[in-house]
Amino acid sequence: MSDLETAEHPEQLRRVAIDTVSRVEGHGKVTILLDDDNKVHQVRLHIVEFRGFEKFIQGRPYWEVPVMVQRLCGICPVSHHLAAAKAMDMVIGAEHLTPAAEKNRRLMHYGQILQSHALHFFYLCSPDLLFGFDSDVARRNIVGVAAQYPEIAKKGVLLRKFGQEVIRMTAGKRIHGTGAIPGGVNKSLSREERDALLADVYHMLSWSLEAVHLVRKLFEQNLETYNAFGRFRAHQVSLVRADGAMDLYHGGLRARSMDGDILFDHFDYRHYWEVIFEDVKSWSYMKFPFLRSLGPEKGWYQVGPLTRVTNCDFIPTPLADKERQEFLAFDEGRTTGATLGFHWARMIEMLHAVESIKDLLHDDDIMGDDLLVSGERAGRGVGVIEAPRGTLIHHYRVDKDELVIRANLIVATTHNNQPMNEAIRQVAIQYLNGNEITEGLLNHIEVAIRAFDPCLSCATHALGKMPLEVELLDAEGALVSRLAKTADGALSA
Amino acid sequence: MVAPLLVLAVGNESRGDDALGPLLSRRLADWVAGTEMAVEVELIEEFQLQVENTLDLEDRKLALFIDAGNEPQSPFAFYQAVKQQMEGHTSHAVAPEALLGVYAMVHDEEPPPMFVLCVAGSAFELGEPLSPQARLNLEQAFDFACNLLQQPGLNSWQGLALSHAEDVEPAIVAALL
Repeated sequence: MSDLETAEHPEQLRRVAIDTVSRVEGHGKVTILLDDDNKVHQVRLHIVEFRGFEKFIQGRPYWEVPVMVQRLCGICPVSHHLAAAKAMDMVIGAEHLTPAAEKNRRLMHYGQILQSHALHFFYLCSPDLLFGFDSDVARRNIVGVAAQYPEIAKKGVLLRKFGQEVIRMTAGKRIHGTGAIPGGVNKSLSREERDALLADVYHMLSWSLEAVHLVRKLFEQNLETYNAFGRFRAHQVSLVRADGAMDLYHGGLRARSMDGDILFDHFDYRHYWEVIFEDVKSWSYMKFPFLRSLGPEKGWYQVGPLTRVTNCDFIPTPLADKERQEFLAFDEGRTTGATLGFHWARMIEMLHAVESIKDLLHDDDIMGDDLLVSGERAGRGVGVIEAPRGTLIHHYRVDKDELVIRANLIVATTHNNQPMNEAIRQVAIQYLNGNEITEGLLNHIEVAIRAFDPCLSCATHALGKMPLEVELLDAEGALVSRLAKTADGALSA
Repeated sequence: MVAPLLVLAVGNESRGDDALGPLLSRRLADWVAGTEMAVEVELIEEFQLQVENTLDLEDRKLALFIDAGNEPQSPFAFYQAVKQQMEGHTSHAVAPEALLGVYAMVHDEEPPPMFVLCVAGSAFELGEPLSPQARLNLEQAFDFACNLLQQPGLNSWQGLALSHAEDVEPAIVAALL
């Protein structure tokens, strides 16, 4: 853990706060404590947790939960939908779903992975990557990208639309879908729906492959900067299939140490609390999960695309696996430990998602009509899934009246709380230390956070929110100056 | 055939007054159903605007975006969205003005005119019901939206927007004028 978590004499330092980290959902804030020479003494990412989620779910009938949890998050509702459905499978004793049910759920999940990763790459991070982290802010935006790379914006929209269509057809509706229910699904894909998706899937495959190659090219052009940027070492946790393959829908938990050793493998996630625990810190609303065996100080870990691509033994689709092999071998493996390696891994996963969609569309089980199973009831349900941003855990207790009496959710952004803090501390040391703070330098902090694609409390939105505020305060906490970053990216006093 | 008028409502009905968008959309859907307007209007609900919603704007003559807002002083604000480039994109979601900008980028043509009906809310916590004031605002906004749907046209909507200009931020009024 970095020494920059807590400064020795914070009262003697100048404080820089970046409120609402731009291009990140919800309310994120970074505070940086500097001395008179602009030397960095403390860096913290503060995030408002998904407050009230567990309480919101308590008292609801178990069968209602997979639908209502979609309202927790407007960005990846399908991930919550499926994690809750998996937990409720356990509650109703549905240990093995029918092939039609599992494949339709997987199809829905890959649609979610595709649309989420496409948005992040084509719209959220491409301006930083294509123009540079401290390039002219007037140019560092998707308009600038579209001007120079006109196909990027269009492909981003069409990839997302395809993913949304997969979700709509498997979930039944654009939003508030009901596709996954305890014990299976309530609909399978019709032949017409399958054919409609098949008509477009090869374009998506081609564009996804191009995106992987684009990220590789960016790494080749900026090798030293990208590999060193915000670099830190972390333990890794993800689901893997029984044979060690990447599996974003189901598997056992694998933890790998920062030295590459397996800490535990194929651990039954239905007992996740035996290996993962959640710590709290006084300065953050968000919990800090850690591996029990290593303790809170040394046991923090990373999840998400970069972890999944490096933690599995192989990817079970050929194009993505080939790209994974090239990624692992690139620059003698150094990129696998780079914070910006998230972008490359994310595109490999997007390619895997499209390949998986194609394969499922060619599988007649996807149109099957044997959709539900059930078994012996249980009072506890745990569902774990690899959501776009990382491992998502849903844990419920259900009483004999079929009501949820306890819920615990650990979302990917919570797992990545400490890794994001580590990344921005490294960036602060690398770029801010001793320098006058400029918009371009502050953007470096945001670039590091955006690599994780965090999704905060994102289901509420309202017109009129200010995207970014920076406050400079003296040692007593008095406001010295204030900057606001407006919707057009300009700084104003 | 694509309905010439698109009503695009966003919000999360489990987050207090953020439900204003979907609730108003459903009231309008019920009101339109069975009338001659049914073939002229398509209503779509979303959690948030996303870049792919530009495709929903294709072949439309007019679009109405409905959302809850936490700033209007009046029960609702109504104004024409002015196309903005998606600069400083700060969220996984997209503002209506930026959506028009994305449309122009993706389609190489001007987007259809879009107007914003922003209904005032004050409480957006998870699990909270609609606030009493938001309920009143919803009623007024519904009456206003019915009037809009009965006279779908750029000129008539611009006239109504100007008559509500005092409810809108000065920068937007300036752009309107």
